[in-house]
Amino acid sequence: MNIFAAIGRVFLAFLAQTGRLTLFMIDSVTSIVRPPVYWTLIGEQMLKIGYFSLPVVGLTAFFTGGALALQIFVGSDRFGAESFVPNIVVLGITRELGPVIAGLMVAGRVAAAIAAEIGTMRVTEQIDALTTLSTNPTKYLVVPRLVAAVVTLPVLVLVADAIGVFGGYVVATRSLDFNGSIYVKNTIDFVTNQDIWSGVIKMGVFGFIIALMGCYNGFHSKGGAQGVGNATTNAVVSSFILILASNYFLTSVLFLR
Amino acid sequence: MAETEDTPKIELRGVKKRFGSKVVLDGIDLTLSRGQSLVIIGGSGSGKSVTIKCVLGILTPDDGRIFVDGQDATRLRGRAREAMLRKFGMLFQGSALFDSLPVWENVAFGLIQGRGMERRRARDIAIEKLAKVGLGPEVATLSPAELSGGMQKRVGLARAIAADPEIIFFDEPTTGLDPIMADVINDLIVSTVKDMGVTTLSITHDMASARKISSRIAMLYKGKIIWNGPTAEIDSSGNPYVDQFIHGRADGPIKMEVRS
Repeated sequence: MNIFAAIGRVFLAFLAQTGRLTLFMIDSVTSIVRPPVYWTLIGEQMLKIGYFSLPVVGLTAFFTGGALALQIFVGSDRFGAESFVPNIVVLGITRELGPVIAGLMVAGRVAAAIAAEIGTMRVTEQIDALTTLSTNPTKYLVVPRLVAAVVTLPVLVLVADAIGVFGGYVVATRSLDFNGSIYVKNTIDFVTNQDIWSGVIKMGVFGFIIALMGCYNGFHSKGGAQGVGNATTNAVVSSFILILASNYFLTSVLFLR
Repeated sequence: MAETEDTPKIELRGVKKRFGSKVVLDGIDLTLSRGQSLVIIGGSGSGKSVTIKCVLGILTPDDGRIFVDGQDATRLRGRAREAMLRKFGMLFQGSALFDSLPVWENVAFGLIQGRGMERRRARDIAIEKLAKVGLGPEVATLSPAELSGGMQKRVGLARAIAADPEIIFFDEPTTGLDPIMADVINDLIVSTVKDMGVTTLSITHDMASARKISSRIAMLYKGKIIWNGPTAEIDSSGNPYVDQFIHGRADGPIKMEVRS
């Protein structure tokens, strides 16, 4: 086997995939501004993607905030800086852990669901049926999910931030003997608007990635149950990778100016 | 091309389509006149579904042109394509009903989403179309998953005729049904087509169905139309490929490909 030919094939396949994804993204984004707009479907997707993700994101944020408080307390205890626990918890949650953990949890829940639903529609010819019924599948299936994810996930991260900070507060006051009112004052004094906005912006981008990867993989699923399974796996894995990679670049842009 | 009475309803000229190295359509020429019922027969994987999907624009031909009422459908985009698609109704092989919607919304989907009709009026039309295919109003609120295969086909047929199309495509209308239900669906297709006076293009490998619902039959083999003529003449086609296919013989010039 020629190793160069094998590498070349993989590289060409990667380029073809990137090209298809780019065209899909351009078509999806331009479809947002072209009528008709399915407002009812956007509302339904907002409920499914945003509202129904609240429990899982809330629980994750709570325990992450609590664990963060414990770790910072143990680490800072070595050089007598325990009083910084509230400051570092709020910074860690709003800037990084809130959006990233919430993004990953929503990716696991939502990207998988979108890919499975649209993938099943693809293999059972329901997407072809949409076309024959004079309905553009991109406008009907992709746009509502894309808009709903980009609009609701930034709101979701604000809730996740609050619950995460509350998790840190509970652990700090119950297990680490912090004074509650001082903890809250330190948190409020230390956090800035930029810390919160950076998380909101990140989550908007993550929402776009999650919906796009779910829809793209669902639309391009092939075969039967196995094809839908592969589409679901690809949607989740690619969302995870793109969320973590874009998080690094967003952090660079937002904080290293 | 200006549309006249003599303009074919659908015309395919030299249509080619390949997937990777596999040539599926190898320069198809086919003409479907107004009011005609054409059935394309051929083995599995012979390109019957691809032909229909090329006409509907679900797949883009690699070469050749497709005309609908004299209009080059391969060059239509956006609103113009959506307007052209309003002439069509289609019954899918697996019915392709939207499982998230009740039966009546499936039937009325094209009216509500495609044509912006008010929901209450669309629901009335859906119930009327369901009655045409022998289903009562009690079925309207059921989910597609609650229906048998035969009932799903009927709902699919009701959806195909809901917007009073000029052309209806039937993709393997009797596949997966028992012989009696298959004949019921064939009868429904014949009576519906007669009532509406539409042009139909069907694809099937069920010869009983093909004979019943067609006025002409074309056979597709290895990406080409190898025979095209009136249904009454198919038994005397003189084409060994057609003879082997219509009699379902394992021996003959057609060799089954194991891999697609």
